[in-house]
Amino acid sequence: MGAEIVRDLNFGIAPQSFQFLTGPSGAGKTTLLRLMLLSLRPTRGIVRIFGENAAELDKDSITGLRRRIGVVFQDFRLLEHLTTYENVALPLRVMGRDEASYRPEVVELLRWVGLGERMNALPVVLSGGEKQRAAIARALIVRPELLLADEPTGNVDPGLARRLLRLFIELHKFGTAVVIATHDLTLMDQFSDARRLVIGDGRLQIFEGKSR
Amino acid sequence: MSGSDGATLTAPPNAALKRDMPLVPADSIAGRALVIVIAIMTFLACLTAGGAILVADAAQGWRSEVSRDVTIQIKPATGRDLDAEAAKAVAAAQGAPNVIEARAYTKQESEKLLEPWLGGGLDLGQLPIPRLIVVRMKTQDAADLAGLRQALAEKAPAANLDDHRLWLARLDTMAGAVVALAVALFLLMISAMAMAIGFATRGAMAGNREIVEVLHFVGAADSFISRQFQNHFLRLGLKGGLIGGLGAASFFAAASILSRAWANSSGGEEISALFGAFALGPRGYLAIWSIAVAIALLTGLLSRIIVFRHLRRLQ
Repeated sequence: MGAEIVRDLNFGIAPQSFQFLTGPSGAGKTTLLRLMLLSLRPTRGIVRIFGENAAELDKDSITGLRRRIGVVFQDFRLLEHLTTYENVALPLRVMGRDEASYRPEVVELLRWVGLGERMNALPVVLSGGEKQRAAIARALIVRPELLLADEPTGNVDPGLARRLLRLFIELHKFGTAVVIATHDLTLMDQFSDARRLVIGDGRLQIFEGKSR
Repeated sequence: MSGSDGATLTAPPNAALKRDMPLVPADSIAGRALVIVIAIMTFLACLTAGGAILVADAAQGWRSEVSRDVTIQIKPATGRDLDAEAAKAVAAAQGAPNVIEARAYTKQESEKLLEPWLGGGLDLGQLPIPRLIVVRMKTQDAADLAGLRQALAEKAPAANLDDHRLWLARLDTMAGAVVALAVALFLLMISAMAMAIGFATRGAMAGNREIVEVLHFVGAADSFISRQFQNHFLRLGLKGGLIGGLGAASFFAAASILSRAWANSSGGEEISALFGAFALGPRGYLAIWSIAVAIALLTGLLSRIIVFRHLRRLQ
């Protein structure tokens, strides 16, 4: 086992809150997101998610909790052999829902994120920004209670980054708790109401948003 | 290419949506190789099973034909009138209980039996050839022979009774051995195939690790993921099973036609004596198709179990 990446952190993500998770590269932002996504287990300490102790969860409960979390990966992680439409519909498909039942929602969301014309395109022909939006749409399609996004504006120009941020703020207004890991200061400055979790040297500092 | 946000005016593309791609891409699995392996294994397994059924059926055929027949033999001896002794034995047999029919082979018929071994056109008059009497009994029960044996002892003491029991016992052993060997071969083939399926499934899991991970993150249960693999392997199994089963069925059909065409050739008689008409009955063909379907199901089930185990370990 390697050195501890983060230690002695104590924080909570309130329902319907909005926060940026920031810090230098390699500080542990992704690790922290993965802990919240239950894809890593802490070597010590407790992670509670939706009121449940992550260490005590069995596989089925983890699956159940993940359906309440939307996640946007830094490298998008779209399935290369599926179209944009199929990628975005994936979380609904794995729940066993009938395709006809979710088609209108998926189409609507794709249009909302500006991918209305790219529904049948495979990821390989999408631009970085389009992939980014497809990945975000996939995370939003289940109307998650918690959205975790790892550098969601890392691959896009400032204009698109602003639009994507507006998308997240919109989602937050509809009641989703949002955690965006980023080291883009300009992005953070565009939404000064957001709470900032700054991670560095394995420790965490919390700065409440302006409106609080 | 970014920023095509104003796309809301297009017509609903529902009808044109591509939306039925399998989650596990078909070309990510060594599909063709596995289909070939399954087809060959199914073919061999069906051949083994069909062969065993043929032998078992033929053995049953010989048995039912022969076991109701017994033979009375009158050996030549100095001063013995074979024709008179044969007539006495026939009379005794006909009078015995449970006997349907008793018929003596004539001298000519007896000599004809020797022709295949000694060749034709010989004067066999000098040879001491025993006379045979074929007796057909009502039942196959050994106890019924007691009356016949007694009648012969009283009225035709020169006659010897042979009830083929030893020969039948040997036949049973031989047929049993063939069937046992077939079962062993069948099990070996199934195990080899199961291993091939195991390798292919593990290979597919390794090749699709990224997909499995993403499916987990978007909330797919293990059962859902393993079903995706299972469906795929079931399709491969069905394809392989169908090809192998079809091959085996054609093989037996062709063998049956050929054996009928060659029935009158020199080797044909021996083959038809051994395997009947070489014709696999409906039971045989049913067995072939059952094996093919069972192999397809086995392929799906095995891959599901392996995927399920693999996913458990990922936790």
